[in-house]
Amino acid sequence: METALTDLWYGFTVAVEPHNLMYCFLGVLIGNMVGVLPGMGPLATISILLPLTFSIKPVGAILMLAGIFYGSQYGGAICSILLNLPCHPPHAVTCLDGFPMTKKGKGGVALGITVIGSFIGASWGITEMMFLAPLLVTVALKFGPAEVCSLMLLGLLAGSTLARGSPLKGVAMTVLGLIFGIVGSDLETGTERLTFGFPELSDGIELVALALGLFGIGEFMNSVNQASPINTTYSNVKLKDMRPSWAELKWAFPAMIRGTIVGSLCSLIPGTGPTIASFAAYATEKKFSKNPERFGFGELRGVASPEASTHSSVQGDFIPTMSMGIPGDAVMALMLGALMIQGIVPGPQLIKEHPDIFWGLIASFWIGNILLVILNVPLIGIWVKMLMIPYRYLYPSALFFVCIGVYAANNDMFQVGEVIAIGILGYALLRLGFQPAPILLGFVLGPRFEENFRRAMLISRGDLLTFIEKPISAFFLVLCVILIGAQFYVRVRGWKRKKAVENVDQPVSAHRLRQAE
Amino acid sequence: MMLFGLIAAVNGPSYHVGTLMHMGPGFMPTALGVVLIVLGILIAGTAAAGAPDTDAEENILPPHPQWFAWLCILAGPFLFIVFGSIGGMAPATFACVFVSALGDRTSSWKSALVLAASVTFFGVVLFHYVLQIPMPVLEWRL
Repeated sequence: METALTDLWYGFTVAVEPHNLMYCFLGVLIGNMVGVLPGMGPLATISILLPLTFSIKPVGAILMLAGIFYGSQYGGAICSILLNLPCHPPHAVTCLDGFPMTKKGKGGVALGITVIGSFIGASWGITEMMFLAPLLVTVALKFGPAEVCSLMLLGLLAGSTLARGSPLKGVAMTVLGLIFGIVGSDLETGTERLTFGFPELSDGIELVALALGLFGIGEFMNSVNQASPINTTYSNVKLKDMRPSWAELKWAFPAMIRGTIVGSLCSLIPGTGPTIASFAAYATEKKFSKNPERFGFGELRGVASPEASTHSSVQGDFIPTMSMGIPGDAVMALMLGALMIQGIVPGPQLIKEHPDIFWGLIASFWIGNILLVILNVPLIGIWVKMLMIPYRYLYPSALFFVCIGVYAANNDMFQVGEVIAIGILGYALLRLGFQPAPILLGFVLGPRFEENFRRAMLISRGDLLTFIEKPISAFFLVLCVILIGAQFYVRVRGWKRKKAVENVDQPVSAHRLRQAE
Repeated sequence: MMLFGLIAAVNGPSYHVGTLMHMGPGFMPTALGVVLIVLGILIAGTAAAGAPDTDAEENILPPHPQWFAWLCILAGPFLFIVFGSIGGMAPATFACVFVSALGDRTSSWKSALVLAASVTFFGVVLFHYVLQIPMPVLEWRL
């Protein structure tokens, strides 16, 4: 407790250094902006800006990238409440009650509640990270290669099966990502693997190229000429509309707390990102409510709970990423990638070796979230205006950023070609119902997975049983089996029910998993 | 959906990279290749069995294929490579933005031109002068 506070104090001294403060501000500002813009996700934005952060010091870079991530969560809510456009998956649920509120002329109140709920959720998430992450580290430091390997396997499995879409396809994409991660020179022998004779590939596929191909070009191809006309009749929100009445606040408050708890639980399971958290929170709220029939027609609690949940899980997602080096989803994988590009090895030793990054990041979360509240309240008019930027201006400019960004990563035109190829692949996969996000997860974890696997094999002299003999490793493997079993169970049950709505199913499985633990 | 089997098959060559057991460099690719092929068969199997894949789109093409737009989007980065390596940053940017902007149904020659010009201007200022990315603004090199 004491140490956490002194460390936090240290973090604040790092985070308020003028340049770090500036990057944090820039990050949340850009994040908020792209969050509002339909058709630009945080993934694409982070990958576009990733090359620009190479020249910045690691602390500033990570503060800015993290700022984009949680900033975009604030912005996404605006889009869904005012326009009924679920720009970003975590906010799809918010549309259900947020837009009816807007139609009733209560859009401002919904936004106000969202901002408050988000702040409460985020605060809890950060507090959780402050105390939980160092705790996890003390455990994780005792892990040998075998344990790390099993843990990564669990992380990969969870990340690919609990995300959206079919679990089987998710796993297939993770494996594809692992294979992408293999491309290049072998770590120990230097043998060229899967380079197909391109000398440029011997350094491996560039992370930036992969991310931008999948989430930049692939997404543009998906959404070009598909935009429905934006309905802006209701989006006239003034500052004074945003203040909820005391009664409304009192009504929404318990929902925020419940949402926060659901979100933080979800964030602890690797792979269950903000999307699942928000759906789970909505379902819980509906179950708790005395009159569930009001949900879907502008129930304030239906807005407050998922938003609080999203934010609490967004911050909580950083816990496994920063403390153990196991990212829960694609965004976290990108963060880790950014750290690795800066020459920082992610893993349990990170907090000890780079306290400035870890505690600076936590402190910047506080600063960033307060900044976001300040930004969102008076600037709401500007954000609403930004919604009107037509896609036809947006994507060509973004495409340029993609090109120059990838080029700047290594000053190499070959990588722009990589982006095109990966973009085509990404779009084809998207059309076939494969989510590209797990590819990134596998790609980032792949090399470390292989390294640890080989080390474990070396220590045990090629005995695969070592993974079962070590108790911690065996525990993780059992969790893997439970995870697969739960997925299978849900599948089979869904089969029987035929038309079970998938989005409701998956949070249920997440809950079951927690109970099983 | 069956196309996935093909994707796995394409990854099959990872097989031949080296079947050195005992943790040679070929071990991981081989293992993963096999896993992916198995998964591919499983996916093809569930698809054939008519499993309720709620969100899967069975057709690779969307209802309204946008061939022209796709071509424009892909041509953008391609032209960026071509012009970037012979002409420098400014022409590359201009070509990339201009061509890709033409892909949208609602944009015209004129709007694309204006957009391309302004992005080129800001791009060069931001990336060349502010961020100092080592790429010449304008040059002629073949």
